[in-house]
Amino acid sequence: MLAMILAAIDGMLGIGACVGAGLAAIAAGLGIGKIGASAMEAIARQPESTGDIRSNMIVIAALVEGVALFAVIVCVLSLFL
Amino acid sequence: MKRLIIYISILLIAALMAIGYVRTEVPEGSKVNPTEIIFEHLGDAYGWELPFNHDLRIPLPIIIRAEDGSWHCFSSSRVAHGAVYDRFAIGGEGSAYKGKVVELRADGTEYRPFDFSITKNVAALIVTVIIVSWIFLSLARYYRRNGMKAPRKFKGAVEALVDFIYLGIVKPMLKEKASKFAPYLMTVFMFVFVANLLGLVVIFPGGANLTGNIAITMVLALFTFFMTNVFGTKHYWKDIFWPDVPLWLKFPIPIMPVIEVFGVFTKPAALTVRLFANMMGGHMIVIVLTLLIFIFAAMNIWVGAATSVVSILFSVFMLLIDVLVSFIQAFVFTMLSTLFISLAQEGGHHEEAIKE
Repeated sequence: MLAMILAAIDGMLGIGACVGAGLAAIAAGLGIGKIGASAMEAIARQPESTGDIRSNMIVIAALVEGVALFAVIVCVLSLFL
Repeated sequence: MKRLIIYISILLIAALMAIGYVRTEVPEGSKVNPTEIIFEHLGDAYGWELPFNHDLRIPLPIIIRAEDGSWHCFSSSRVAHGAVYDRFAIGGEGSAYKGKVVELRADGTEYRPFDFSITKNVAALIVTVIIVSWIFLSLARYYRRNGMKAPRKFKGAVEALVDFIYLGIVKPMLKEKASKFAPYLMTVFMFVFVANLLGLVVIFPGGANLTGNIAITMVLALFTFFMTNVFGTKHYWKDIFWPDVPLWLKFPIPIMPVIEVFGVFTKPAALTVRLFANMMGGHMIVIVLTLLIFIFAAMNIWVGAATSVVSILFSVFMLLIDVLVSFIQAFVFTMLSTLFISLAQEGGHHEEAIKE
């Protein structure tokens, strides 16, 4: 019985890492989706500023993705430490 | 046109499955170990693989300081494949120093000497520095000879890139102090961009994953940390240790100062992890996609053949995205460094104006 509980706790590490990475993916998708949506609306309102909006959108998307990648790195580290 | 694409893809899949028809058993000993292959490709090594040949490597020098203080320098081909050279060897499967040079003491234990070797990443760093210096020194020589005449072709492209970063980020954020910090910021941008791109090239001058090594990105972030804090104005330091907030937030228990000091350290940490994770993630995805072919082929050769078409298409797509990500990550690193430096250079003139 105790061995089974210990084995279950050991397996939780894998589940925890995978669930964490999945949540990070969802969060990145939501964040970058919002940025993309507002960028599309802004371009639709004023098509001549497409270039400016596009550069800013890419920069902010990189920042949001950086945060999601922190979560992925923590998940990967939890598997090895 | 659409029918042409459909016919060509059916032909490709049929051709690959024909290979499966010729040899339908999986030969012995071809078990793939995904973890090992991934880490071997993403990590550092003592030799640099030659293109199109898995076994031949360019052996790089190993420079170590042994336990008794003596320095040794020898080519890594002497300890390749488990050979022992003058009590040095590469740590094997069970040791704690797997893959690194260790000194075997007389009683059988291992000692990890102070390792100063030119490994693959160090050699790639040197190659990147040579490329960046070559590009910019030749551009400077062009300007010295031709004055204000606009350069053409490659030099023109480099000038457009420099303008994009300098006039796009550095000058608007730093205003008068732009020329003081521009050398560091432009160098960091070009270094990160060229290092990222070289990591994507598969063959010799390129194969090393330089920015996917957290030590490299940590050193770059430490440079930014140094530039921000050493050149920060007195107003900046005052804002950290005695910010302009109500007294109860800073006097008996310094809540806000602790948060601000913490913020000084988290900013370079974020720079480190962002660049490292983006670069290593891109490479890891491409390697995993390519390994999928072998994993599926070990199960059934026909599935492996069909997977190879899809996997190769997807890998090429991911590599193209990686080119875009290389530029974006270099751009974001430079932009955030500029932002941190500009925040540290703030004068606080509006406060003194109000006090007067």
